[in-house]
Amino acid sequence: MKKITFTSVFSQLLLLFFVVAWIVPTFGLFISSLRDKDVLAISGWWTSFTTTEINEIYRTEGKDAQIKEGNYYIIKSNLFDGGQEKEIFRFGVTSKNIDEYKVGETALFKDQTEITVFENGDYIWKSEEEFKKKKGKRIFVSAKSPPSFTLDNYKEVLLKEGLGQAFLNTLAVALPATLIPLIICSYFAYALTWMKFYGRDILLATIIASLVVPLQMCLIPVLTIYNDFGALFGVSAKSFPGIWMAHTGFGLASTTFLLWNFLKTLPSEMIEAARVDGATHYDTFIKIVVPLSIPSFASIFILQFLWVWNDLLVGLVFLDKHPSEIILTAKLKELLGSRGENWEILTTGAFVSMTVPLFIFFSLQRYFIRGLVAGSIKG
Amino acid sequence: MSIFSLAITVLIGVLFFVAFFHFSNFLLDYFRIRASKKFALENSIRVIIFIAPAFIVLFVFILYPVFETIRLSFYDKIGENFVGLYNYSWAIKDPDFKRSIINNLGWLIVVPTMSTFFGLVIANLADRVWWGSIAKSIIFMPMAISFVGAGVIWKFMYDYRGPGDQQIGLLNAIAVTLGFEPQAWLTIPIWNNLFLMAIMIWIQTGLALVIFSAALRSIPNETLDAARIDGASELKIFWSIIVPFLEQTILVIWTIITILVLKVFDIIYAMTNGQWQTEVLANLMYDWMFRGGGDSGRGSVLAFCILIGVTPILAWNLYRHKQDQKV
Repeated sequence: MKKITFTSVFSQLLLLFFVVAWIVPTFGLFISSLRDKDVLAISGWWTSFTTTEINEIYRTEGKDAQIKEGNYYIIKSNLFDGGQEKEIFRFGVTSKNIDEYKVGETALFKDQTEITVFENGDYIWKSEEEFKKKKGKRIFVSAKSPPSFTLDNYKEVLLKEGLGQAFLNTLAVALPATLIPLIICSYFAYALTWMKFYGRDILLATIIASLVVPLQMCLIPVLTIYNDFGALFGVSAKSFPGIWMAHTGFGLASTTFLLWNFLKTLPSEMIEAARVDGATHYDTFIKIVVPLSIPSFASIFILQFLWVWNDLLVGLVFLDKHPSEIILTAKLKELLGSRGENWEILTTGAFVSMTVPLFIFFSLQRYFIRGLVAGSIKG
Repeated sequence: MSIFSLAITVLIGVLFFVAFFHFSNFLLDYFRIRASKKFALENSIRVIIFIAPAFIVLFVFILYPVFETIRLSFYDKIGENFVGLYNYSWAIKDPDFKRSIINNLGWLIVVPTMSTFFGLVIANLADRVWWGSIAKSIIFMPMAISFVGAGVIWKFMYDYRGPGDQQIGLLNAIAVTLGFEPQAWLTIPIWNNLFLMAIMIWIQTGLALVIFSAALRSIPNETLDAARIDGASELKIFWSIIVPFLEQTILVIWTIITILVLKVFDIIYAMTNGQWQTEVLANLMYDWMFRGGGDSGRGSVLAFCILIGVTPILAWNLYRHKQDQKV
């Protein structure tokens, strides 16, 4: 086996450094999406694995909760709303001295009433006279909070913030916008590879030129066409079929090119033999070429699907920002603007938008890489 | 819309195209069999059926728009009155345009270089250790994420709280631990561009990595072994054998990332929206598409500038395609 040398140890450490640097940002986002929103706002996500000390302010109950026991009026209750696993270790009754007392000790308010606070948040507030105020008093506590994770943020984001609908919208954009180019480009690529017709070489050169044409060159005229079309037929210029066709157009060159690259590697004898036997091009395509192309279809499907799923620009230009049309990326950008400080919403929203790409990535990584590499060899 | 109506819409949309190809070919076959003589037009019609949908889409969404955008760059904001070079002279004088060009150049220099470099180094490292494929998976993963998603991830990394508060952004937490003042990274002009570029590098390194990994396997082991027996250090092997061998691959990755960087929009739109001197051409173009009711003339000029940026690559691709066709 290999010896342990300085170089090999150094390589391992350097690679480890890269891996950690690359995974930490995503990992931090994921952990944050599972944290309680109040804790998330005041402490770094890396502190969530250990017990942390937090300072909080609570308010006791008011006069309605009092009972009379012997000579004293007493309010007995718990500071926490319940369900919290915090452990109080110090508390205070004035903002100047927030950790004046140890837990279990009795503190004296200015009005000579006494309060005892216990570890689990229970407190007993005693007074010789009747409590008169409706509002309770402020209690400052220092508590230890054990690591705790919750799915509340996901519930909030999916149901209240409208990300659930945006998720469905994205799916409704991405599936056809992937399948339609795959269908029409497979016929196109077949024609470019196996059919003889005038202008084939020019068409191929056009595809190769279109590969690098920036999307921005096409936006204004296409948007104008859509607006004119919408005005002419009295329909909305922004619609799902509209964006399907836009994505089809913008993905057409790369899809065709990748398919063409694959199809020309098929043995020409096979295609010609089928033709000699009297099969039409349509039969040859459906019965011979398509079954052989399934792996390359899979690669191209994944590339285009991820492209459409992750797209923002086309979605912004060709779809409304209305909840029934908005896509995930546009919604996320909107939240970045309106809920910029609500990290529980942003981290969770971002993770929701990443679920499908990450699922595809981890389950179909081989096809994804194959597609990318195939596209790059000549691209 | 409900799940159900969305599903129906999707199904109709996809089936429409399947049906088109099926029925048009079916009709053609029907007439061919009916015709007594050999159906001379059969092949031409079949070619049209195969090509027409894709060609129409290509024409409507790429070919026509490219020329229309160039035409519009000589017209006023509603695209009706010819204004000559007015939009171009506006662009040259516009400070935002100048800033965008400088930023775009910065992106073009930094991002492809760093992504290619990291990709190459990591591909080499990963080949030597037993957990290399796991490492590659992790570094490749950002490729699957959207730019906006990556934007949120990094905005969280760069988050800023006042000097007295607990920092919840990792970068500031590290800075504070090391004894520095916390910074609002994204609002420091010039430097903030580097923090935005870091996101793109973080994403694109994965692309470079997988392509290099595939290419590294084609380096003959004998060459590497021979060099090692001769006592060459690993660093020497890397620079004198591996890098020259991968020259073509490096060039290809470089061009792919360059094209991508020229169009970069999402990251900046999501992170700073071009504030604090971070605007690039694609963002300025989007801005002018809608600002003040939209100015198609200025928008077109900016789009055209991006096209000019990719033209050398376009020409080179066409040249290589021609060379391939000859063989």
